[in-house]
Amino acid sequence: MIDICLFCNQPPTRYWEGTEEEGKNDGKKQKEGDNNEQTPQQNNTRTKKGGKRGGKRGGAGKKVISGKSDPFPGSAPVPEEKLNKFKRGVKGELPPRPQYKLRDVVIRSEAASDLAQKQNARYDLMLPEDAGFLEGDEDEDTCTISQDDIVDAVDITAGAKYFSLTLSQFGPYRLDYSKTGRHLLLGGRRGHVTCLDWQSKQLMLHTLTFMAQKKWLYIYDNKGIELHCIRKFNDVLRMQFLPYHFLLATASATGFLQYLDVSVGKEVVAICTKAGRLDVMAHNPHNAIIHLGHSNGTVTLWTPNQREPLVKMLCHQGGVRSVAVDKTGTYMVTSGMDKKLKVYDIRAYRPLQSYFLPAGASCLSLSQRGLLSAATGDIVQVYRDVWGIPVTKPYMAHRAKGSVWGVHFCPFEDVLGVGHGEGFTSMVVPGAGEPNFDGLDANPYRSAKQRQEWEVKALLEKIQPELIGLDPSQLSQVDHSTWEQRHVDRVQVLGFDPLAKEKFTPRLKTKGRSSSGKVEKRKKQVAHEDQRIDKERKEKEKKKAAAAGQKSALDRFRK
Amino acid sequence: KTTRGMLSDSRVFDACENRKSKRRKKQSPTDFRLSRLRRDSSGTSRSNWKINTMIMKTNNSIYLCRQSFFPSRNSCSPVQFRNSSFIHIHAMKVKVLSRNPDDYVRETKLDIQRVPRNYDPSLHPFEVPREYTRALNATKLERVFAKPFLASLDGHRDGVNCMAKHPKSLSTMLSGSCDGEVVWNLTKRECVRTLQAHEGFVRGMVVRFCGTSFFTVGDDKTIKQWKMETPGYGEEEEPLNTILGKSVFTSIDHHQKEGVFVTCGQQVDIWDEQRSSPIRSFSWGVDSFSCVRFNPVETELLASCASDRSIVLYDMREATPLKKVIMNMRSNTLCWNPMEAYNFTCSNEDYNLYTYDMRYLDKPFTVHMDHVSAVLDVDYSPTGKEFVSASFDKTIRIFPKDSGHSREVYHTKRMQHVISIKWSSDNKYILSASDEMNIRLWKANASEKLGLLAPREKAAVNYSQKLKEKFQHHPQIRRISRHRHLPKSIYSQSKELRVMKEARRRKERNVRKHSKPGSMPVVTEKEKHVVTVVK
Repeated sequence: MIDICLFCNQPPTRYWEGTEEEGKNDGKKQKEGDNNEQTPQQNNTRTKKGGKRGGKRGGAGKKVISGKSDPFPGSAPVPEEKLNKFKRGVKGELPPRPQYKLRDVVIRSEAASDLAQKQNARYDLMLPEDAGFLEGDEDEDTCTISQDDIVDAVDITAGAKYFSLTLSQFGPYRLDYSKTGRHLLLGGRRGHVTCLDWQSKQLMLHTLTFMAQKKWLYIYDNKGIELHCIRKFNDVLRMQFLPYHFLLATASATGFLQYLDVSVGKEVVAICTKAGRLDVMAHNPHNAIIHLGHSNGTVTLWTPNQREPLVKMLCHQGGVRSVAVDKTGTYMVTSGMDKKLKVYDIRAYRPLQSYFLPAGASCLSLSQRGLLSAATGDIVQVYRDVWGIPVTKPYMAHRAKGSVWGVHFCPFEDVLGVGHGEGFTSMVVPGAGEPNFDGLDANPYRSAKQRQEWEVKALLEKIQPELIGLDPSQLSQVDHSTWEQRHVDRVQVLGFDPLAKEKFTPRLKTKGRSSSGKVEKRKKQVAHEDQRIDKERKEKEKKKAAAAGQKSALDRFRK
Repeated sequence: KTTRGMLSDSRVFDACENRKSKRRKKQSPTDFRLSRLRRDSSGTSRSNWKINTMIMKTNNSIYLCRQSFFPSRNSCSPVQFRNSSFIHIHAMKVKVLSRNPDDYVRETKLDIQRVPRNYDPSLHPFEVPREYTRALNATKLERVFAKPFLASLDGHRDGVNCMAKHPKSLSTMLSGSCDGEVVWNLTKRECVRTLQAHEGFVRGMVVRFCGTSFFTVGDDKTIKQWKMETPGYGEEEEPLNTILGKSVFTSIDHHQKEGVFVTCGQQVDIWDEQRSSPIRSFSWGVDSFSCVRFNPVETELLASCASDRSIVLYDMREATPLKKVIMNMRSNTLCWNPMEAYNFTCSNEDYNLYTYDMRYLDKPFTVHMDHVSAVLDVDYSPTGKEFVSASFDKTIRIFPKDSGHSREVYHTKRMQHVISIKWSSDNKYILSASDEMNIRLWKANASEKLGLLAPREKAAVNYSQKLKEKFQHHPQIRRISRHRHLPKSIYSQSKELRVMKEARRRKERNVRKHSKPGSMPVVTEKEKHVVTVVK
């Protein structure tokens, strides 16, 4: 959108008229080192390319039958930031020329991925919906705008998303939204459970519902009938469902982190965390790692494949009250008994921001577009961009009727669900939800048939729990260490190194140029050259090693 | 601040329209007055106080304002607008996601469902593990659906010795047995025509490039040319032409474009179709030949396998052979690569196949190992990327042309020594003729679904193919895709061969270790099997 506006603002004459002159000017400017001229340069190269192509096709260049020339030859340029959004991995070096077949394969696959990247970026420009927003007057804080104001301002369907359910009988409520954002599950502390389509407010049950009751874990079907009572999972306090792995991770009062494979109904692993009562839990949607918060102020990261925590971070003085991880797996937000709210970069395990909240946040939730909701007593505050520039004021605030027990952003909607002592409130938070959903992944408007089809496909591509790790893309990376080991084995078996360099034998030359002295001289020359190259290479490696040897933030967690 | 296409969004207008007076009261006295005025007028004459929505554009942001006092609507111009008694009521801008369900569900039941896509990588987590799982599933399904055997054509009353493809018709195939010969229709899987061609074995047969006639050679020292058409009612089954040779012929091949064919036996003879004596004869030492083939591209070139363990190359235009390579063991047959016609593959008695580059005969390009007995026949796929070999060990194997090991092995309980093999011209089927009087029809790609595919099916097949390719080196996927069931005898024999080879290699290594450096040079597998090249 932004780029289109840019083009509109420029007078159209600059774009295609008098390209040659402009090209010359551009060239001069380029020599001068002017950075601001990027767009015209790009345009210029575009037109040139187009001209070439037209010439190849034959006929009168880029001219059309009517005599006019195409003002926008070639395909439209794609903005760089869009391209970067769809970038996958880093381009490696091409293999050397003698390996021409491999080289060819690499070149082709890179061309294909470039094309895919470009097409994705193009498609991204045409997405139908734009994200919501809320902007106050120049001297007005957005946090002073009340829900009623917003509801009055927006259309009826959007306004209907602000509602409250008064359920005072069964005490404070926790809640969860389904992956598509259509269904809402409410669980009261005194034994009341309800599942509803929150937009139509119809009571209905989703396919499978997991409930941790006082003693055991129960599973209910879509008619509300109890299917299973799993006694292996006792005293469960918190649960997280990993949708791509079909795993239910539970944290219990006895300090056990257990994984239940929902598709086959078997316990995958039970890990004794030895950290006491586990009532703070979050999962990283990027790599399916479970984050547990403990009463000594540490946050630990867990996979089902390891009995020890992957990472142990001391985040707060005093206990951790709540943890939330963002969608891309980059940031973790924690709040603790020390009334602080901290933001961490969990790729580097580095604290980014620390805020002091006078009341302390009891529960946190991150939306798809990075809004953070923090419940302090009976007030729900929503912050925007907590990991960027330090935030001073909340983006929105709302007072619930009772003390807040659970907050959750609804996926693909600008809605924040708040469970509190007096029931449930659904708040409108403009700019919270991802505006464009993917129909094959989570489609809020799917039909029953589509849901069934999706279920089958999702089950077929269930990721095995063994594949959970810190880096989910590790499977696509080359395993160098194993290759080296195999090479050593191969050398041992063969008795010689098949990849070793051949020994230099001087060519036989005539007319006395192959006298033993000259042969020796040539050998020495080659050996010297080899030595020099070797030395250079070693120096380079040393430099690299020195650069890589700097301590990373991860090392502090290493034993 | 950017405006994010607000202009087009009617909901922002709504935002201004629907705003109630709650906040307005707080703002300014004029404001307050206005709202009161409005309240007063609402009951009486609303038209006087019609609300105009105006858009005021400043440098980089657009304000949407409700302008409520104007002397007359028609006189409104931008300048006036700025100077008029315009009251700025509020400038809160809000937009909330509010999707119209009609944009996301199908209109009628006859339509297909709408599936809006968003390819944002952050909406698709676990890309690699999910693709890996898909690849694993695709690999497993490939093995589940690997049912290569299609049909068995039985009808011969003796072992089938040779086969010939029809150059023009995919459905026609010829087979020669040890007592006569048959023409087959493959689509109906039935015998179309039977004729008694020779007394004794039919040694070789070839269809003329035009597809109207075919040649056969047999143990009765004759070459016969037959019409492809079935003789009419009452007509006798008689050859068009019969040539009586001096010795037994073992193989025949026809020129790609001209009326010239070549036979081999005691020597290699080149015949003109019009003459009854060979126009040229080649022999290099006294020996017999087992196979001769024309090059499909450089059509004047020939290659033959001789029983003195050599492969000889000829140019039809020259009086003497070009060159030959002598190997450790005898080659049975050879086949030119139809796409890279300077390469040929020969099937050898030492259980291996060798692909040579015609220009560099001193060592083979690739050694293909996997059979556990003599290899009897070989034929290339029309794409030139793979070839199929028939062996005395009762199996058929498919090799990629540049890989040392086979990608596929076919066998059945009843199939005996496979004597002849052909890859069909549409690259889809393989025909094998074996000792126990049967011709078998196989799929070239064991798990391929035959018949027409729907476009979505095709896309799914291509996608899974690409995934398999992407993850082919992952141990689990490789293990599953390589797994083949083998008959016990072949399994144990191949294991035995492996042990033997390993022992030999170990011994060689030990000898090298304890001898003077350089006195025991490393001989690669490729170099081992060639004795010499003679020009």
